This record gives sequence, C-alpha cells and structure tokens, in this order.
Amino acid sequence: MDNKVKMQAKKVDFFYGKNQALKNINLDVYLNRVTAMIGPSGCGKSTFIRLFNRMNELVPHTSLRGRISLDGQDINDPSVDAVDIRRRIGMVFQKPNPFPKSIFENISYGLKVNGIKDKAFIEQKVEDSLKKAVIWDEVKDRLGDSALRLSGGQQQRLCIARCLAVETEVILFDEPCASLDPISTAKIEELILELKKDYSIVIVTHNMQQAARVSDYTGFFLLGELIEFGKTQDIFTAPKDKKTEAYITGRFG
Amino acid sequence: MKKSVIQNSGFFLIFLSMLTTLFFLGTIIYFVVARGAEAISWSFLTQVPRNAMTEGGVAPVIVGTFYLTLGSMIFAVPLGLACAIYICEYSPKSFVVNLIRVSINNLAGVPSVVFGLFGLAVFVNFMGFGVSILSGSLTLGILALPLIISASQEALMAVPHSIREASLSLGASKWETIKRIVLPTALPGILTGVILSVGRVAGETAPILFTAAAFYKRGYPKSIFGEVMALPYHIYALMTEGTHPDQQRVIAYGCSLVLLILVLFISGFAILLRQRQRSWHG
Amino acid sequence: MERHFDTELADLKCGILKMGDLVEEAIIDSVGALKELNKARAERVITEDKVIDECELKIDEECLDLLALRQPMAVDLRFITMAMKISTDLERMADLAVDISQRVLELADRPPLLKPLVDIPKLTLLAQRMTRDVISSFINKDVDLARQVILCDREADDLRNLVQQELLHDYISKNKANISRAIPLLLVARHLERICDHATNIAEDVIYMVEAKVVKHHIEKLGQEGQA
Repeated sequence: MDNKVKMQAKKVDFFYGKNQALKNINLDVYLNRVTAMIGPSGCGKSTFIRLFNRMNELVPHTSLRGRISLDGQDINDPSVDAVDIRRRIGMVFQKPNPFPKSIFENISYGLKVNGIKDKAFIEQKVEDSLKKAVIWDEVKDRLGDSALRLSGGQQQRLCIARCLAVETEVILFDEPCASLDPISTAKIEELILELKKDYSIVIVTHNMQQAARVSDYTGFFLLGELIEFGKTQDIFTAPKDKKTEAYITGRFG
Repeated sequence: MKKSVIQNSGFFLIFLSMLTTLFFLGTIIYFVVARGAEAISWSFLTQVPRNAMTEGGVAPVIVGTFYLTLGSMIFAVPLGLACAIYICEYSPKSFVVNLIRVSINNLAGVPSVVFGLFGLAVFVNFMGFGVSILSGSLTLGILALPLIISASQEALMAVPHSIREASLSLGASKWETIKRIVLPTALPGILTGVILSVGRVAGETAPILFTAAAFYKRGYPKSIFGEVMALPYHIYALMTEGTHPDQQRVIAYGCSLVLLILVLFISGFAILLRQRQRSWHG
Repeated sequence: MERHFDTELADLKCGILKMGDLVEEAIIDSVGALKELNKARAERVITEDKVIDECELKIDEECLDLLALRQPMAVDLRFITMAMKISTDLERMADLAVDISQRVLELADRPPLLKPLVDIPKLTLLAQRMTRDVISSFINKDVDLARQVILCDREADDLRNLVQQELLHDYISKNKANISRAIPLLLVARHLERICDHATNIAEDVIYMVEAKVVKHHIEKLGQEGQA
C-alpha cells in the first residue's frame, strides 16, 4: 500500500489566548486513507481537526504556529483564501446541522455560493451527492421537504452529501456519530469506508471501537500532545506508548 | 403531606394571579367594545369627520395612523436590522459593543413624551420638517428602534452557531452566510419583533403630540410635510377639547375600539408568524 | 484505575495457572510411571486427562465471553487471545502425557525395559523444566524466562535424536526381536520432544503477549537477542 501525503501538519502549536492547546504536532494525512484521532475530552483533537479547514480562525484571540499544508501548499499562507480552502476541505460536525431549508436547497447551497448557476448541473449534482451519501432512496420523493424533518442519522448523511456536492477533496469528521443511535452510526461508518476510495478522511471520535473499525491510521492525543501515531491495527493491538495503552484499554486516570 | 399542602397553595396563588390578569384584560375589552360598538358603522370607517367632529367618520384618522406607522417602519426597520447585524455578527465582543447594548436598552426605557420633545427639537425645528408626517414618522421610528434592534438581535442569536459553521465550511463567505442562511432563518423572529413594534407605534400618543398630530384637519393627508390626524391623539383630543363632549365621547370610544382591534390584529399576526416558524423548525 | 475487567482477567489467569499445574503433574506422573513401569499411575494420568479437557473448554469460553463483552484492546486483547492459544497447547501437552502413559502400559506388559534409561530421563527433566518455566513466564510476564525456554527447544531435539539413534543402531538393527520393546521407547522420546515443542509455542505466545513482538519462526534472531 503506497501512501501519498494529502495533508500535513508540521510543528503545529496552537493557543487560545495564552493557553497552549496544541504542542508541536506533526502528523500526515494520507490520500484515500482514513485517519482517526482519539483521546480524552479536552485533549485538543477537535481543536486540531479544525485547523485543517481554518475554522479556528473564527474564534477570537487564537494563534497558530507551524505549518499545515494541503498537497504541499501552506493553507495559512496569506495568498490563500480561507473560503477556497474550506471548499476543498469539507467538514461534518458533531451534531447534524442541516440548514433550515429544503433537502434540495441544503445540497445546492454549497454550489450556489461557489457561483454555479446552471440549473441542470445543480440538479444532477444534488442527485449524485445524495446517492454517494446513500440517502437518495430515502429522500428522492421529498426533496422539497424541510431537512429538519429528517431523522438524526439521515440529517448527518445529508450533511455529508452537502460536503460532497462542492467537490471537496478531504472530509473532516468531528465526532460525527456522537448524537446518533447504533444503526445510524453503522451506516455512517460504512459510508466513511466507501468514501475513502475517493476522498481523504480525518475523523475525530470518542468511540475507540469506531476508530478501530473505520480508520487506517490512528493518532492518540493527550493534553495537547500527539502521544502516538501509527497504523490503526498497531495502535489497537500493540501500542508503543504506555499512555496510549492505558487509554485504549480503559485504565486511564 | 406538608409538602403537598405548600405545593397546592402555591399553585392556587399562581392560578389566582392568572385569573386577575385575565379579569383586567377582559374588563378593558368589554368596556371598550360596549361603549364603542354603537359608534362603529361602515360610514364611521369610511367617511370624513363632519360638523366639528360630532358626526361623520374617522377615515382620515385611520389613514393618518397608517401613514405614521408605515413611515416609522420604513425608517426604523432597515436601521435597526443593520444595527442588530453589526452587533451580533461583526463587532468583536468588546467594551464598545457592551456600551452600545446598554445604550439601546436605556433608549427603550426613555418615556415616550421625551421622544416627542426630542422630535420637536430636532425634526420639527432644527431640521425644519415642521409638524408633519415626516417628523412624526421619524420620531416614532426612533421610539421603535430599540424594540426592533433587541428583537432582531434575539432572532439572530437564536440562529444556531452550528449552521453558520456549516455554511462557512462549505466555502461561503461571512456575508454570504449572513445573507443566505442567518437572515432567512432569523426572519420570522425579526418580523415578529417588527410587527409587535408596529402595534406599539400605532398606539403612541406622546411622540406625535408635538411632531405630527393635528386636532382637526380637513380631508386626507396630502403630503408627508403636512400635519395629520392619528387615532391615539384623536381620542385624546375628542375627550379634552371641542364643544360637544357628549357626542364626541361616543366617537372617542369608537376610535378606541378601532385602535384596539388594529393592535390585537397585528399581535395576532405576529403570533401566527412565530408559530409558522416553530413548525418549520420541526 | 482499577477496573472490574481486571478481576475477570485475573480469574482467567488463575484458570491457566491451574491448568498448567495439572498438565505439569500429568507429565511428571507419566514419566514417573515409565521409570517405575507403574500401570496404576499411568492409568491415573489417562483418566485425569478429562479434567484438563474441561479446563481447556472453560478457558476458551471465558476468553470468548471477554472478547465479546469487553471488546478488549492492546495488552488485554493480546492477553486473552494468547490465553486461548496457550490453553490449546496445554491441552495438547496433556494429551502427550496420556500418550506416554499408554506407551508405559504397553511396556509394562513386556518387562523388563530394553535398556537402562539414560537420555530419556534427561529429556524428561528438560520437558518438565520447560513446562514449569513457561507457565511461570506466562504468569509473571517474564520474557527472559520465555526466551530461555525457546532456546531449550534445540536441546530437546538433540536428546530425542540421540535416543532415536541409539535405539535404531544399537537395538533394532541388531535384533529384530527388540522392536516391540524399542518402539514404545522411541515414541516416548518423540512425545517428550513434542511436549517441549508445545512449551516453546507457549513461550513464543508469552513474548508476543508481553512485548507484542512476533518471535515465531525466527528462532535464529532470538538466539542473537539472547546473547546480546
């Protein structure tokens, strides 16, 4: 298995005011692989994933040191537009957050803000995205209904479809199943495994079994540091660091 | 045993308070309807006052109130909304913003007659608009501004942070996010605030006392620089001036009923809007 | 942090320890029976084997339950899966003790012994020691001891070959009549060597369990490591 680096974090430090939230993180995200980040609450994993699409710069009084690159290009370079980065790097959030609009408008929104006006193209794209997110059959007869009427699991798949429509290259999942039941969770996990054929995926999860099931690489975060990063099967059968082992076997604390 | 006694007596007191409130509301409505109903007729609503306001209808008065209210909203809604967007979406959370918030809240607490005096000084005299629909509308607009700002602010803040993030994460700019996601989502809430302030503005007397209202004016208002008759002031005038108090009183109650129905109608519309918003949000 | 799971793991460990004791006893009894040509002792080993079989089933069931219910990770996962493999090896060792006992019964029917036992007792001692050591290495997570066990395996092979050659050259090829008394001895040596093989397997599992290193089929490397 050849691994091509899609995104790379190098010597990343991140601060909320004077509090250092991330310390010297070095991590590669590989093309067409699923990279999982695990760790206890407040370990910085969510903060870290939000650096990949520059969402943290919306939070006041934060600062970043180090370099995060996409296909070798520094995404924080002054010449790079955050809007452009966010189009190429989609994000699925902890709680399903569809817009209070129709199912169709939820998907077409991303296309419209990116300046696409061709109606036929938009319709085709909406259908393709919903199909790719395996929700088309459930919603094809009610595209005009409010997206808020869908179940939690369906809403989350709709949010994934929304990302896919803008032809994102990387998808960041920030605890995507935290508020879903096991069946919906299983569907999302299947979807992630399917999507990695075409996308590079980063997932933050509290559920270690989930990380084990869906990811190819796993990073363990603790108190803002990346303690261990490696192939998922190695992390879960034979972690090198005692702290990683304590965490994944539940001996933590 | 003892706990349940305390609880039941507590509930009883609360129930009693509710009944008292309903009693006053009912009494007011009954009082106004009972006295005003005899004045109400088709001609009352459509004709001009006649015979030193002892006969005829109050159509120009209703129209005047309508113009004043509309004018105040044209002025206050865009300004208030822009202000709310600035405070909620753009301004960094700082001392200055807090100051602005406090000022707006204080503005809401200023007595309406003070607004009237302000209108007289600034719009009527300083700006030279004279006693006119324009001056009255601007004064009422300033009165409505804090209401509209705080209602809009609340509506904007009620838009979940998560859907703003969703929009930004799809490559939308901040302005696009506000325009296409935040405002449409907040719109029912904003409209509710606007309509409620319409109800408030329509019933105000003091701000138009010195700035717009005329005791008696022949026919319909012709220009925004002209004086105008308006329902609340008309009621006041009928009860305090004129030469035929008995006939005038009947007309005053009629006007009160019209004003009451107008305001209730507007509030009802606001409630309806809010409900529609809730059902859409599932 | 103390976990309830730890108690369950400790129980599992106890089960393995108990089974290991029984297996060790079975081996001692079977070779003891050989020395004494004691039929009663040999038969006891054969009947006692049932207890060990039950132990294996119980341990496997416990392991499966823990895997299904606790979804163990890392060191716990390695411990439980290795416990399953170790119980299988222990059970095979007990079976070999039974096989030795059966050979004893055959020999006891045609006394006396073909020759005085020289190398077989050495092999016996080695098998016993390896069994004891490997169980203690599992219990104490003692990888050094486990490595020594693995290195002993070659010695066991050598001893077996010695016995085999002696019997073939000095007895069987000289007098065909010796065959019926030589073959059981030959087989005993073979069984003992197999016991050592299983002990080696367990030792390899212990090393994987503790260090997450696969040492199976890499015995040369291990020797170097041992010296280093």
